[in-house]
Amino acid sequence: MKIVLLLLSILLALQTQAQEIPMADEMRANGKIYVVVAVLGVILLGLIIYLISLDRKIKKLEEETEK
Amino acid sequence: MRYWWKALAVLLLFYTLIGGFLIEVPRQVILYESIRNLYFHVPMWFSMIFLFLLSTIYSIKNLSSGSLEDDRKAIELVNVGIIFGVLGTITGSIWAKFTWGAWWTNDVKLNGSAITMLIYLAYLVLRGSLDDEQKRARISAVYNIFAFVLLIVFIGILPRMTDSLHPGNGGNPGFNNYDLDNNMKLVFYPAVVAWILLALWMANLRLRISRLKENLSS
Repeated sequence: MKIVLLLLSILLALQTQAQEIPMADEMRANGKIYVVVAVLGVILLGLIIYLISLDRKIKKLEEETEK
Repeated sequence: MRYWWKALAVLLLFYTLIGGFLIEVPRQVILYESIRNLYFHVPMWFSMIFLFLLSTIYSIKNLSSGSLEDDRKAIELVNVGIIFGVLGTITGSIWAKFTWGAWWTNDVKLNGSAITMLIYLAYLVLRGSLDDEQKRARISAVYNIFAFVLLIVFIGILPRMTDSLHPGNGGNPGFNNYDLDNNMKLVFYPAVVAWILLALWMANLRLRISRLKENLSS
């Protein structure tokens, strides 16, 4: 009887493990998620620099037309 | 400092990026890591709605003042709002494919937002078809106010009255009650502010270009 209970509990434990929700733990453990953050960071930075340069160009035009 | 809000936008965007990818999120079946889309997909819609709301306010102001400057603000806010709406639709479609199983479903919120986008596109068409500036400002202001009322109906009310795949709809309370944990709030709220500020920045640039054009022609 005890053995049956033991087997059952092992089976249950295995099942819950199989049902564990997969997340990108591997990726984080290997540190590779940082690569994604870095890549997106570069893209975001590029877009923001572009926005700032547009802002400046418009500002120059505004100053010129005010004269 | 006149530029503080633009600096804040940059700061919060980077915070959203870093926090959005690295801070722990709740583990949920079907969603998995895609739950992080909350920081990117949802703020697109919040930004769109915020810009449309501001635009409506300027349209109301225009009706009482007749000022073309108010009209200019109203149109540029809608222009940028539509960009964010398109981005919200595309990102939502990708997310839906991998969690709900289809690029497009007949979810009330999806169709409602699609109708809303069409209503706002019609606003641009309406403006394009009127030549007289004052008349254009007035007529499109009335239409713009009407459009925002429809937005509230299609995005805010109807999805709450029937079943929807979106969290927080179909009789559920707001999604933050149980879907959003404290870790996610830590990123989500700053993310909303970040994207709204970015949208305002873009609208600000468009507005200034439009003023420059006006100066050139007069």
